[in-house]
Amino acid sequence: MTFKRPDGRKLDEIRPITAKIGVVPNADGSAMFSFGKTVAIAAVYGPRMLHPQHMQDPKTAILRVNYDLLSFSVSDRKKPGPSRRSQEISKVTEWALSPVLDLKDFPNTVVDVQIYILQANASTRVAGINAASMALAQAGIPMKDLVCAVSVGKMDKDLVVDVNDEEEHFEDGEGATDIALTRMANSDKFTLLQLDGKIQPEIMPKALALADKAFAKVYEVQKKALKEVEAE
Amino acid sequence: MSLSSLTYNTLLKMLSAGKRFDGRKLLEQRDFTVEYDVSYKAEGSARVKLGKTEVVVGVKLGVGEPYPDSMDSGNLSVSGDLLPLASPRFESGPPKYPSLELTRLVERAIRESGVIDLKKLVIKEGEKVWSVMIDIYPINDDGALIDAASIAAMAALMRAHIPELDENGRIDYDKKSTKKLPLMEGTIPLSITLYKLGDSLIVDPTREEEEACDGKIVWGISHYKGKEHMIHSCQKGMEAPLSSDELTSMMKNLPKLYDDTLKKLKKFLK
Repeated sequence: MTFKRPDGRKLDEIRPITAKIGVVPNADGSAMFSFGKTVAIAAVYGPRMLHPQHMQDPKTAILRVNYDLLSFSVSDRKKPGPSRRSQEISKVTEWALSPVLDLKDFPNTVVDVQIYILQANASTRVAGINAASMALAQAGIPMKDLVCAVSVGKMDKDLVVDVNDEEEHFEDGEGATDIALTRMANSDKFTLLQLDGKIQPEIMPKALALADKAFAKVYEVQKKALKEVEAE
Repeated sequence: MSLSSLTYNTLLKMLSAGKRFDGRKLLEQRDFTVEYDVSYKAEGSARVKLGKTEVVVGVKLGVGEPYPDSMDSGNLSVSGDLLPLASPRFESGPPKYPSLELTRLVERAIRESGVIDLKKLVIKEGEKVWSVMIDIYPINDDGALIDAASIAAMAALMRAHIPELDENGRIDYDKKSTKKLPLMEGTIPLSITLYKLGDSLIVDPTREEEEACDGKIVWGISHYKGKEHMIHSCQKGMEAPLSSDELTSMMKNLPKLYDDTLKKLKKFLK
């Protein structure tokens, strides 16, 4: 029997997505991105002076990402401050974004990306990366492409796109596998891949392929939001 | 990066011709040895020497309280540190990303595979459970630390015993215990990391090779319940992106790489 999604979605259907640019007026670029009830905001500051000095690179600006959940974004209050999980996500998010950036014109500086989750209903890191990608574009950082992010899940034996809270805790059969994926919008280049759960190696290519349509949809929404700002 | 551009360019050229400095094939792992009983005070411990890389892992059990979200299960934690003892590159001070990556990825492969039956580690329902604490310390870093650590962690777990409790519910270290940890038959999750330099993919890099690489991906995989290969965890690291072709071809190689490692490990699991 095929997996029945708790919210009635088709297996390859993502939740409604929204995106908005300029949600933090102080920032050089900022954006909100949501997958259903998961809401992420991102702000970009820089390129700006980098301290401590020993971190400076005379050949390029460096990218520095901080991701975290707001304390009240989850059911059991999250203790404020970095956790092992948030530090890990911050680092892999840097690697997810940096391949599209060209920071060579800004030696010795830093581009700071701050990502926070206001409301969490699974797939928070990918929502955050979508917001960050748009915020970087608004900040005018030279980019060769946007980065699009989605999660793919495996519920027992069935693959689904854009995992929600309830699905994340699915326990029947082979249980829930959660895969976070980011890809450059216009080329077959995955810049982030994280996975937890149980999935056979031969299923992995199918999981990657399933994300394609969702990437395209995310990209459309990102572009539209960025164009709306230009028009204003 | 402390690698000279001469070394880097030579490596790049050699790898693209399918060759490595030490004569191995691109997807060939170094031989490793496993020794046990690094510390008799630990409930289980192992030392793995993979080429010149050496890692020790100890398993300690403690009596703890269950977490609110898993009241019916024991606890599992993996920690460790990249000791300045093991490499001139490691510095003392608060742990940085590489040690976080090492411990988180070893933990996720073990946890997600379900190899430890945590539900069997309850002492008193809702109140007292066993906490399984796995600690990883590299002794000498010559590359592929995560893979070496995962071998040592599984070896130590398979040797570990559950200590006896006294009448007050405290651990009695003087009583000899022969009770083994509840481990799932036939499931041995191990980490296999693939590194990318240029268009070449390699496993088990030496420190020098690792330094030259610009991409990597860490897979936690098992032959689940002895029946089929199963991926339990994965994380891409470093900047270089990976195409779906590269990922798909990895999926073809991964089971064999795992089987090779497991075969070597099994020699030491007597």
